[in-house]
Amino acid sequence: MKPILNIAGLNAFIAGQQVIEDVSFSVPATGITALLGRNGVGKTSTIKAIIGLIGRTGTVELDGQRIEKEETHRIIRRGVGYVPEDREVFSKLTVAENLKLAERDAHPRRQLVEELFPDLVKRSGQLAGTLSGGQQQMVSLARALLNENKVLLIDEPTKGLAPKIVQEVADTLAQAAATVPILLVEQNLQVVRQLADGAVVLSGGRVAHTADSAADFLADEDLTRRLLGVHDDGAGAAAPAAGSGAGEPAPEVAR
Amino acid sequence: MTTTRTENAGLAAGSPAPSPRRLRGGKDSDGGRRKLLGIGGGLAAVVLLALLPLLNLSLPGILPGPTYTPGSLQLLAMCLLMAAAALSYHMLLGVAGLLSFGHALYFGAGVYGLAVILSNLQIPLLPAMGLTLLVVVILAHVVGSISLRVGGIPFAMVTLAFAQAGSVMVRRNPGGTTGGEEGLALDTANLPDFLVGVANTRNLYWLALAALVLVFAAVSWIQYSRAGHVAAAVRENELRVRVLGLQPYLAKLLVFVAGALMAGLVGMVYLLLQSGAVPRAVSSDFTITLLVMVVLGGVGSRWGAVAGGIFYTLLDQRLTALANSEAVAGLPDVLRIPLSEPLFILGTLFILVVLFLPGGITGGIRGAARRFARPRGGQPGRTATAATARQIPEEQA
Amino acid sequence: MSTVILLAATGLGLGALYFLVASGLSLIYGLMGVLNFAHGSFLTLGAFAGWEVARRTGADSWWTFLLSILIGAAVGALFAAFTEFVLIRRLYQRHIEQVLITVGLALATVALFEGIWGTDPVFIQGPAWFKDTTELLGARIPNDRFVCIIAAVLVLLAMVLFLKRTRYGMIIRAGVENRSMVTALGIDVRKAFTLVFTIGGAAAGLGGVLASHYFGYVSPLLGGSLLIFAFIVTVIGGLGSLTGAAVASVAVALLQQFANFYFGLGDLAVVLALALVLLFRPAGLLGRKS
Repeated sequence: MKPILNIAGLNAFIAGQQVIEDVSFSVPATGITALLGRNGVGKTSTIKAIIGLIGRTGTVELDGQRIEKEETHRIIRRGVGYVPEDREVFSKLTVAENLKLAERDAHPRRQLVEELFPDLVKRSGQLAGTLSGGQQQMVSLARALLNENKVLLIDEPTKGLAPKIVQEVADTLAQAAATVPILLVEQNLQVVRQLADGAVVLSGGRVAHTADSAADFLADEDLTRRLLGVHDDGAGAAAPAAGSGAGEPAPEVAR
Repeated sequence: MTTTRTENAGLAAGSPAPSPRRLRGGKDSDGGRRKLLGIGGGLAAVVLLALLPLLNLSLPGILPGPTYTPGSLQLLAMCLLMAAAALSYHMLLGVAGLLSFGHALYFGAGVYGLAVILSNLQIPLLPAMGLTLLVVVILAHVVGSISLRVGGIPFAMVTLAFAQAGSVMVRRNPGGTTGGEEGLALDTANLPDFLVGVANTRNLYWLALAALVLVFAAVSWIQYSRAGHVAAAVRENELRVRVLGLQPYLAKLLVFVAGALMAGLVGMVYLLLQSGAVPRAVSSDFTITLLVMVVLGGVGSRWGAVAGGIFYTLLDQRLTALANSEAVAGLPDVLRIPLSEPLFILGTLFILVVLFLPGGITGGIRGAARRFARPRGGQPGRTATAATARQIPEEQA
Repeated sequence: MSTVILLAATGLGLGALYFLVASGLSLIYGLMGVLNFAHGSFLTLGAFAGWEVARRTGADSWWTFLLSILIGAAVGALFAAFTEFVLIRRLYQRHIEQVLITVGLALATVALFEGIWGTDPVFIQGPAWFKDTTELLGARIPNDRFVCIIAAVLVLLAMVLFLKRTRYGMIIRAGVENRSMVTALGIDVRKAFTLVFTIGGAAAGLGGVLASHYFGYVSPLLGGSLLIFAFIVTVIGGLGSLTGAAVASVAVALLQQFANFYFGLGDLAVVLALALVLLFRPAGLLGRKS
């Protein structure tokens, strides 16, 4: 089967500084592909470069079409759902407005979103900035799931969330993955183990490793220690990646 | 499972430049030669400029008469002073990347400070100048330390507001000191004789030349000093400078105060040359004039600031002459009205330069020289990088 | 007491003018990061357009006044939309160059206005009622003050309704907060850019017509002199905040009027207030903390 996303020789720049170099990989048309690596290796930059939020060169093919010269809003309209790191909900807009803004199809899938996130229906009149981190993440995911997409790009959806919420997010992602392929940046290796099919590992702005099976990669102690700085033994209580989002305090209380 | 480790190693080993050291060495000596050429050219230009009052050169269409006549010397001295003032603005915009709309405040403080001191205190010129500069430094410190609390566009607005307060003060004529809208005539009682009167215009011209050379040397010194490097680094990436443990605020303040001091110095010579102070010297219009000069010449280049100052002053003078000429008066309204407004033409020229010639005059000359030297000179990789860097949204920076 | 009332009414009238300029400035800056020096020219052109209407249709009828307000706002809007579409858009994301363009445009247009209408102020007449006064709590207040205040309040309400109730309003509010995320939802945010320029230009053009009645004249420098205070208002109110612009317009204008009357130091008091705000709340009264 043809990959949904094919990236070749991608370079990206922030303020004139090159942040990723000659990155090439592809995302299969089904399942979840994990994009892994230590902090600061260019995972977020890769995602942003794919949709043109930062300057880039190289080629990006979405469903066989070259998109690397297009503007961000056009790429998104071709069928890309983007869930950014740190959620980036519009804090001064209500939940309902946040969702309304994200609707780009003629028939947005409001019902699906309402079923997935009943909590958001209750809070539709509330300002998104007053939601808890987990609720904001739901808004951010809902914005992407409202539309029919060819691929979802999801950047650290469990960052800074309490363990119970992490599991909720993971379940939602698993549900979504049944219908749409996902490129997922994730620091929580348990979540990766649970969800991901393939894996791409970055190191120093380059692709250091690609694996058809994320589980196989995570089982390789030598590789994971070298590329991620940790080894997840799969026994559940994995050591959090040093300095990764999992170690940060979880602001779970609604302000 | 496919490990791409080998591919990686291959990339690292396959360095494209076979002898990077020699390449870099070549560039260095090239740069050194260029620097020597620059200094030599600069010295020759200064000597030539210093000799102008003794020569009988005519530049019809540019100067009103031969170079030794007071009228021409007055215009030339004004060009040199505006070049120096533009250089002082280059300190802010070119070195530290600060877009100030209040630089006229310090130029005006030099002009009015010296004029007020000379007409109210019975002290000789040099102590009066020293006192004026002290006032300028204190003023710049106060305003700079407040307005540098914000950066970017808010900084522009805040400096504008402070300068506007200064401008309003001068126009209000508090206690009859500034002469209000009429301005203030230079009190010559305590001036040395060789600086007074039309016959001594050439001495004032030499003084203006000395001011320009002094300001140029000071700008060069600060630009290549530690503080200058920190300020330049802040312009590129403030966060990284902070991470390195340096203090961007102090470096920016230093550059701000130094720029103000130079503007004050130039302002004092301007007062002597014009034998009077007018409110325009403190107005935001004057800051904008400096900004236009620096951008026309090419932001970031000292020679650009000098060229812009001279070019603007001459062009302004020529355009004013054109506006009052009979040829223009006879034109139909559609042509006559725009042509009789020098600022309309200068403003339009400015917009065109910003849109189509981002490096200004010096950038244009450099580009042309490069094209001439290397007709197919192409480093496609590099241009591509620069072009991409430009598209990067600011939020990411 | 009557002096205080008179000063307050005059201050509110002036605040209304500041708001009409500052609201557009603040929205444009908030959404696009552009400091628009040409905003004063939008106002001046609107004022001259209103004056031309009044001159050609008989100055003192209410219909003429309403027409001049409409024409002034329309001219300001067109000029602003043209500026965004032809000049600003080419320099997308390059904020310093965008400021430079607006500076150049301000220089060129003020000179052009001087060429067309002369450097001296031209005096303007409105409906006779404007010259009358209304007695309020013992103070005799010139009626044109009320017109300015009512117009500014209506503009504020219209802008709030637009921002809250329409999809473009929503895009603008979201864009002020996080422009790149708006594009990452598949929205072409540049349409919103043209729109805020147009709205800001219309408010400025309307403000120009009202300012010409408030001051009794139009001159090529009218816009520039109001613009500087509008800049101060937007910084004090918080860049990008419409409510902040409204609150700060009133506060600044009142401060200016009272300080002027009692100490003769209105402009200095305003700059001092700006310095204090920057020292203690650099993001402005209602600005985002970044």
